[in-house]
Amino acid sequence: MKEEIIIAGFGGQGVLSMGKILAYSGLMQGQEVSWIPSYGPEQRGGTANVTVILSDERISSPVLSTYDTAIVLNQPSLEKFESKVKPGGTLIFDGNGFKKFPTRTDINIYRIDATEYAMANNESKTMNMIILGGLLKVRPIVQVANVLKGLKKSLPDRHHHLIPMNEKAIQIGMALIKKVE
Amino acid sequence: MNNKKKDTEEVRLMKGNEAIAHAAIRCGCDGYFGYPITPQSEIMETLMELEPWNTTGMVVLQAESETASINMVYGGAGCGKKSMTSSSSPGVSLMQEGISYLAGAELPAVIVNVMRGGPGLGTIQPSQADYFQTVKGGGHGDYKMITLAPASVQEMADHTVMAFDLAFKYLTPVMILADGVIGQMMEKVVLPPFQPRLTEEEIKIKCPWATLGKPANRKPNYIYSLQLEAEEMEDLNLRLQSRYRTIEKNEVLFEEFDCEDAEYLIVAFGTSARVCQKAVEMARAQGIKAGLLRPITLFPFPTEQISHYANQTKGMLTVEMSAGQMVEDVRLAVNGRVPVEFYGRMGGIVPSPDDVFEALKKLIVK
Repeated sequence: MKEEIIIAGFGGQGVLSMGKILAYSGLMQGQEVSWIPSYGPEQRGGTANVTVILSDERISSPVLSTYDTAIVLNQPSLEKFESKVKPGGTLIFDGNGFKKFPTRTDINIYRIDATEYAMANNESKTMNMIILGGLLKVRPIVQVANVLKGLKKSLPDRHHHLIPMNEKAIQIGMALIKKVE
Repeated sequence: MNNKKKDTEEVRLMKGNEAIAHAAIRCGCDGYFGYPITPQSEIMETLMELEPWNTTGMVVLQAESETASINMVYGGAGCGKKSMTSSSSPGVSLMQEGISYLAGAELPAVIVNVMRGGPGLGTIQPSQADYFQTVKGGGHGDYKMITLAPASVQEMADHTVMAFDLAFKYLTPVMILADGVIGQMMEKVVLPPFQPRLTEEEIKIKCPWATLGKPANRKPNYIYSLQLEAEEMEDLNLRLQSRYRTIEKNEVLFEEFDCEDAEYLIVAFGTSARVCQKAVEMARAQGIKAGLLRPITLFPFPTEQISHYANQTKGMLTVEMSAGQMVEDVRLAVNGRVPVEFYGRMGGIVPSPDDVFEALKKLIVK
């Protein structure tokens, strides 16, 4: 198994930490993992993205030009990464604020209105976990149990009481994601 | 590029920069002196967070500048202490005088350069354009620096330990030449075991040249790089050159992928080597016999091994995040026997595996 993922959005949407949680989950299932952020000026207010690779084999290049799965959380990220999903791959988008929508027909496209849900239910802090839940519904690359183990490992003890809330957010995301036909 | 299956108990996930900080404490480093600059600030940040002065007694100090940092390293090294600094390209330029002095005074030290795009203040994105500065001598005089080029987070940790060992073995500054990708990337790492810091008594035995206070029964130790007599200065140079020849003989490190039957050889180090490994996988999937040779030490350079592959291959491609620097050393090794082409990106752009594969196909058409 090898999954090459790009997660992209505005700085502050939790893009980098979502990637980190995925990477830790991979670590928990004994996989090879790499996590590389865009650490340039774009993370200061503009778009941020992170490339995460989970693999049973050794990972060669941590820097990629095409991806199995792209998760795009804003319009500029959709424009940048839609064309870079491998044929047959997966594109997940949060439709909040989108004016133009994905057009490709050779990939699987899913919509998850996590921002809208999070704002309506006062859940903005777990918005990225809702999206992660959506990803795991359509691409079950890591088990939820390993995500929770990863959270435990990556969060300081004083934040461990937040883990049940994050687990709930994953379940919400799994219910929320819809395939775009 | 570590393929060993690790015991999951001790495997950690961290950035390359963080791995250097952890490894420094664990290998008994006595002092770190630095000044923050992206993309390597996490080295000092992690050290400050870990507070090793409370555990091993290691000193961590933010100096007023890079120039001050390298001279603090000189002072620490003169006392036989395991001393290090880290910076990124513009900061390392400021350190060149100090590095030349360390080499001239025959002092052990570790310098980390997490390279970013230049010239000038440049960009904060990854680059490999300090190859010439590092291996051809960025400072003045006939000196060389052992240069390690990590390509994974695991190697960031392992090379920190190795760099100190080599520095004390040969009494020379050692450079860890990484780049922004390796510094900022998180991967799995198994940290090296803890080694206690040496006591002053142990240092006096291991480093009889160290300036730790003069006992009554020996002459004073002097540490300097000034020799007003030309004959004495030439003696120092001869001693250094002979040491560099020994280093060339004993310390070359490289890694090979799919080289046995390779008709086309890619030569690349650090992040570029990771990208090229994927390009080799793509080529092999299309039946092209490509291989990758990754120098781990840039000085000493794997000249002999590259020369050996000139006998079996039809052409070579050097890939760097620069305008083409290491390619000159590859061409010297090959000495015109096969064409050596170059592909590179500059100013903070990382080439993609597709870009490298295209460059490889162009080489083959030729």
